Amino acid sequence: MSMVGQGALDAVPLWRRSVRDARIALVVAVILALLIALPFGLTRYQVGLATEILIYGILAMSIDILAGFAGRTSLAHGALFGVSAYVVLYAVSTLGFSPALAVLLGVVAATATAALFALVAARTAGVYFLLLTLALGMIVWGICLRWTDVTGGENGLRGNLRMGSLRDYAVFYWVVLGCAAAASFAMWRLVRSPFGLTLRGIRDSESRMRSLGYNVYLHLVVGFTISGLFAGIAGALYAFFNSFVSPTTVALTQSVQGLLMAITGGIGTLFGAFIGSATILMLENVVSSYTERWQTVLGLTFIFVMIFAPEGIVGKLGALLARAGRKSTN
Amino acid sequence: MNAFQLLNGATFGALLFVVASGFTLIFGLLRIVNLAHGALYLAGGYIGFSTAAHSGSFLLGGAAAILAVGLLGFALDQGLLRFVRGHELREVLLTLGVAFVLNDLALVIWGGDSFTVPIPDALRGGVRVFGLFYPKYRLFVLATGVIIFVALLLLLHRTRLGALIRAGVDDPEMVEASGINIRRVFLATFVLGAALAGFGGLMGGAFLSLYPSADAEILVFSLAVVIIGGRGSIVGVAIASLLVGLLNTLGQVMFPELAYFVIFGPMVCLLAFRPYGLLGRPA
Repeated sequence: MSMVGQGALDAVPLWRRSVRDARIALVVAVILALLIALPFGLTRYQVGLATEILIYGILAMSIDILAGFAGRTSLAHGALFGVSAYVVLYAVSTLGFSPALAVLLGVVAATATAALFALVAARTAGVYFLLLTLALGMIVWGICLRWTDVTGGENGLRGNLRMGSLRDYAVFYWVVLGCAAAASFAMWRLVRSPFGLTLRGIRDSESRMRSLGYNVYLHLVVGFTISGLFAGIAGALYAFFNSFVSPTTVALTQSVQGLLMAITGGIGTLFGAFIGSATILMLENVVSSYTERWQTVLGLTFIFVMIFAPEGIVGKLGALLARAGRKSTN
Repeated sequence: MNAFQLLNGATFGALLFVVASGFTLIFGLLRIVNLAHGALYLAGGYIGFSTAAHSGSFLLGGAAAILAVGLLGFALDQGLLRFVRGHELREVLLTLGVAFVLNDLALVIWGGDSFTVPIPDALRGGVRVFGLFYPKYRLFVLATGVIIFVALLLLLHRTRLGALIRAGVDDPEMVEASGINIRRVFLATFVLGAALAGFGGLMGGAFLSLYPSADAEILVFSLAVVIIGGRGSIVGVAIASLLVGLLNTLGQVMFPELAYFVIFGPMVCLLAFRPYGLLGRPA
């Protein structure tokens, strides 16, 4: 229970907590420094891949807020991601807005769509939630495919958004890194906030939270909307990264891939999302150089993870290592 | 909307019923949301198409589609789903993985072109109904849908297997406790549901044609039908199929670009009042 966890946290002496906090801060600083230094040691292509990993990491993390902390597995986040990307590209290439305004519009559009989806989906749980979000996401896909006047249909939308210094791949990587760091920090704060604790309470026992007087529906709607906001941020960054968006961007594959990343990294671990995103994207890169059958490999990975490692590959490896370690010490 | 469009909606509804009834049987009894259902539909369509095109017999095509997809269902249940039994979300996501693999395999085998299953001569051309000229084949689909609806109702309410399925929907543990091997009932239902998808693929393949993303489209329609109709209810699915079929036709006529809204708008409104569908109950 979350409340017990909170109590245990208070019981730790203050000096020990500050030592621990300092240690965590040091680890975070080292990781950030390494990530900042990345473009100096890698090729242009590899930095591009790292940028993509960060963008998809934000998407996977936004899925994890719901799946890991509210117990709601969403298959609509690929669509929210895509809505933002579409709006950003449409605003710049067709309406002629500035990229900054376009980003704002894109994120707002994704958040509004998420709020709309949440009003419907938050009434349900479990498989029903999954089905509903799947159907809602498919509406977006259908619209992007058919509303050719605006979305360009199968041809999608194209437009180069990276002006000025953003044209440099390393600078763009740093911008994305900054966004990813800020978004991760915000999401981390969110799940540790009283609001996040309420979400966890809903995950563990909806009826208990209801009888404690919490408005479960409203909390889920707000949680879903915030999660959609972050999916929208990832989508806007993707529009800059890819300069192109098509119905494939909003298709179910996108949601599935995002969810698979969150699961691979470990549901409920939050930062695992980046490890999941790195694992899946690197796998895609390797596989794509040998075969065109990435869909098959993605499907097989999904089946494999579901059967053998539903707690996530990272968690599974950790457990296996721990077991091996215990054996060797015995 | 004129009578012609009304019939179009009804025939599309009949096809949806065939596909979605299989989906809801599996969902109702096994509590498995089989997201590979669309892929099974497409596989049935392609296999039926190849068989019918080579042998020249629509009937053989139908038999091949039903058999092959029934077998696929058997393999899916016994080969993969048995490892994740009882974990709802893992089951759903696993079938999603299967859908990806099946789809990609179909793309390798049949390529990206669109195919139309050849219709037998007897069903070609049109016939005069209610004072208008209407394609025979679509009326055949409508009739088949009604026959399957009646057959499923009879199966569920007049046979031993049907009684077991209904009992299993209500309380699987109790059925097992009375000495019935519920796993066999589950398996039979899963194969039946898959076979219905395969048969739907053949029927749909003859008037909607088959192409790589047809599975996603039919899956979304089936989802809408099952969500509106409610889990495990054949009557609910029949009503919802007709509703979705008519709404889809209406949408295509009036707002061709936003046809999806016309189906999902009412669905969303309905869910606001009945989150588990028209005739569904909470799981």
